[in-house]
Amino acid sequence: MSVSAMSRWLHSARLGVGEHYRIIQANTLSRIGFRVIVVFLLVSLFAPWIAPHEPWEMLYDSEGKLASLRPPSLEFPLGTTHLGYDLFSQLVLAARTTLVIGAVSGTISIVIGANIGLIAGYYGGKVDEILMRLTDILYGMPFLPFIIVLIALFGRKIEFVILAIVLIIWRTSARVIRAQTISIKQRQFIVAARARGASDLRIIYRHILPNVLPLLLLYAAFNIAWSIITEASASFLGFGDGETISWGGMLYELWLSGKTRVAWWWFAAPSVCIVLLVTSLVFVSRAYEEVANPRLRKR
Amino acid sequence: MSDTINIAEPVLEVKDLGVRYETSQGMVHAVSGVTFDVGKNEVFGIAGESGCGKSTLIRALLRLLPDNADSTADRMRYLGMDLFAMSDADFREKILWQEISLVPQSAMNSLNPVYRVGDQVIEAIRAHRSISKVEAAERVAELFDVVGLQSDLMQSFPHEFSGGMRQRAMIAMSLALDPGLIVMDEPTTGLDVLVQERILRRIREIRAEISSSIILITHDIAVIAELSDRIAIMYGGQFMEQASAIELFDNPSHPYTLGLKNAFPSIQNLGNELISIPGSPPTISGPISCCPFEPRCPFHIEQCAISLPQPLDCGNGHEVRCFRGDEAEQLRPLAADKNTWRSLN
Repeated sequence: MSVSAMSRWLHSARLGVGEHYRIIQANTLSRIGFRVIVVFLLVSLFAPWIAPHEPWEMLYDSEGKLASLRPPSLEFPLGTTHLGYDLFSQLVLAARTTLVIGAVSGTISIVIGANIGLIAGYYGGKVDEILMRLTDILYGMPFLPFIIVLIALFGRKIEFVILAIVLIIWRTSARVIRAQTISIKQRQFIVAARARGASDLRIIYRHILPNVLPLLLLYAAFNIAWSIITEASASFLGFGDGETISWGGMLYELWLSGKTRVAWWWFAAPSVCIVLLVTSLVFVSRAYEEVANPRLRKR
Repeated sequence: MSDTINIAEPVLEVKDLGVRYETSQGMVHAVSGVTFDVGKNEVFGIAGESGCGKSTLIRALLRLLPDNADSTADRMRYLGMDLFAMSDADFREKILWQEISLVPQSAMNSLNPVYRVGDQVIEAIRAHRSISKVEAAERVAELFDVVGLQSDLMQSFPHEFSGGMRQRAMIAMSLALDPGLIVMDEPTTGLDVLVQERILRRIREIRAEISSSIILITHDIAVIAELSDRIAIMYGGQFMEQASAIELFDNPSHPYTLGLKNAFPSIQNLGNELISIPGSPPTISGPISCCPFEPRCPFHIEQCAISLPQPLDCGNGHEVRCFRGDEAEQLRPLAADKNTWRSLN
């Protein structure tokens, strides 16, 4: 792979929306993934208008009986829960929670991870030592006990779920960005920038950051995907926000109801959505991975 | 530098500069006892083989040394300002690039691949001067013209440039703020002969237009001969010989310079066999106690291995760091004989 091909791809990642669109469109899987994400985004945006019922509204059929554990039908497209809640409405409204948690914690974690990685990698020495040992400590932190303590201290609130996810998830991006920063800071153009009197901050954010951008976008997509999975796991175990409905939370309610073996539709809908969204994010991130690592590209 | 050299207005004065690297193998003296002045509008050439300390020398000058390096000097002044006394922030804001700019080694890779070439120069100008983007862009167009690049190339990315174009862009960048001193580190290395020639011609033309002094660093004697007013020959971190360009080529006096001269082809003596200096350059670790060239020198005497020669003034600003510097007349014909060098092995 020639240096010029590399730089061509590197600067393309810094270009406008059109370029990003081109990167995503260049690959069939990422094209599909991108469309799935757009559909989920639209659904979550218009969720209150799409959902036919309230998420926790007990529904009765035409004969006046509680619509409990109904399999998918025309009336209830995705079936109902044992308490007669409409799963389709729940799913649509939960998409919003899931996407918000994914986007917010994915973004915050990549911002933290990128900054820690850039600073540790650029300054090296003691700064690097301290920041990377901090990262190591977080690597040693088991997620579940951590979120249990956090929820026990502050209550089951969406903010603390996000906080717990962010604190755990930034570590990988920090390490990867640090490694890339170390490699880029030794390049000749960084020395040249320093010889022009560029300050450390200018070198980090003006000269190194754009060069790690493809990697950053790749890890942003990963982080969002992982946030969604993590949120689902936390909710499934009952550590989600009790006030808002999420896909993981739907599975948690299924577990609580004890109908796991009976209501396959209850289990299917949120699971498929989680898998579909996370896979789509991974597909899109693959497109960026090809930008960051052209060896993966088809020749 | 002896007082006999009459430089009316030295732009840069360096006295007894030393740079040590602390490595796992102990102290390495990359540069030691380097003394020189650069006069106004002068091109001062520093020649030496790879690893002789040329790049370390300019890094010390520009404060680009890595953390494990430690530099000392009796004096290092730019236009009378004491560079050693200056804080890092002051140095960066007042001296770097505004006063002393650098055309870095392998300038080909010195452009950030993700920005347009013109934008990089504009950004650099605006980091030091408070002028608008449009004004800066005009200045860049001017600079591109000076180095012979079309101004519409400002919109290109570095990978769209050839090696020679990138080199010229770097030279343009170094000129941007009218610095008093431009340091060119191997400006033609890695370019083919034709492009080299074009760059050299361009540097010569620029010299006529601007008032900046230039420190030119290279391992290529031909490049240095073509451009420099004065030349220093560096070996093992020290200046072995220092003289005006004409004097150095007419009356080379240090055995190392004599050996170097043998190793370069000359148009007048085509067909003559080139004579190389046997052995390889040293790494100077531990205290400096002898002449670094002693092990490879066919003319060494007992004293060379025991003590370090001090610069010997041969008049006309010609200085030789050799115990036998005054015997140059006798050594020159011997040095031209290849058997002299062979006897070492």
